Amino acid sequence: MPSPVKVEHINPFLSATIETFKSMLRTQITPGKIILIKGAKLSYDISGIIGLSGGARGTVTLSFPRITALKAVSEFIGEKVVTMDDTVKDAIGELTNIVAGSAKKDLAQYKINISLPSVITGENHKVLGGKEVIPLVVPFSSPLGDFNLIVSFISET
Amino acid sequence: MKILLVDDSSTMRRIQKNTLEKIGHTDVTEAEDGVDAIKKLAAGGFELVLMDWNMPNMTGIEALKKIKADPATKDIPVIMVTSESEKTRIMEAIQSGAANYVVKPFQPETLAEKISSIKK
Repeated sequence: MPSPVKVEHINPFLSATIETFKSMLRTQITPGKIILIKGAKLSYDISGIIGLSGGARGTVTLSFPRITALKAVSEFIGEKVVTMDDTVKDAIGELTNIVAGSAKKDLAQYKINISLPSVITGENHKVLGGKEVIPLVVPFSSPLGDFNLIVSFISET
Repeated sequence: MKILLVDDSSTMRRIQKNTLEKIGHTDVTEAEDGVDAIKKLAAGGFELVLMDWNMPNMTGIEALKKIKADPATKDIPVIMVTSESEKTRIMEAIQSGAANYVVKPFQPETLAEKISSIKK
């Protein structure tokens, strides 16, 4: 029976997401109530995913609707972006990479390695949970639009 | 100042290049991983390297160690610009010869300050 990710494991990713948007997009974002992915009706247009390995394993995902992604990437690179091209894919992957890398410092006891980012695009695609753990979702609201942080985290120690 | 900018993300290269241009550095060459960086450094003339850590083919720390082991490139200052934020990683980079370390996420002013400190 899979159990949900512990809150102590999701908080570093939550803080890292807020700091990344503040520093690199000059945007204040607000986290909503953490929810189980099982009960969430979530669909997205672009998702950046980073794999975690080492003393813990799992994934960190940032998922955006198209319009939010375009606005976020425009702020990130300082140029207006209007189409979901390779620039947007690269930028969403890099944002996810920065969040995962930044969160690592608060999870140092797990000696986590992070993978290179993967980016999935497709209208209304869904991010599903694994068999061993139920991912937690942090819905964020921002002036750029809403998006979600999804964390799956299993300690190996 | 001739600068080599190494990052597998074209987005990060664009952001850093814009920051460099704003502080007057327009002679910037881009490399997309450690292998590409070592190849481009062989052409000579570079005075600063900005290096990401997590990249395919050859990571930034591997490239840093190669740069510092080569008499032709060992004196070129390398600033690591990376999301690797743990103290052990920072120590590893400094002990391997990195001149400075910028953790992503960063504000453009931070990168500009670190580059200015190298120039002095």
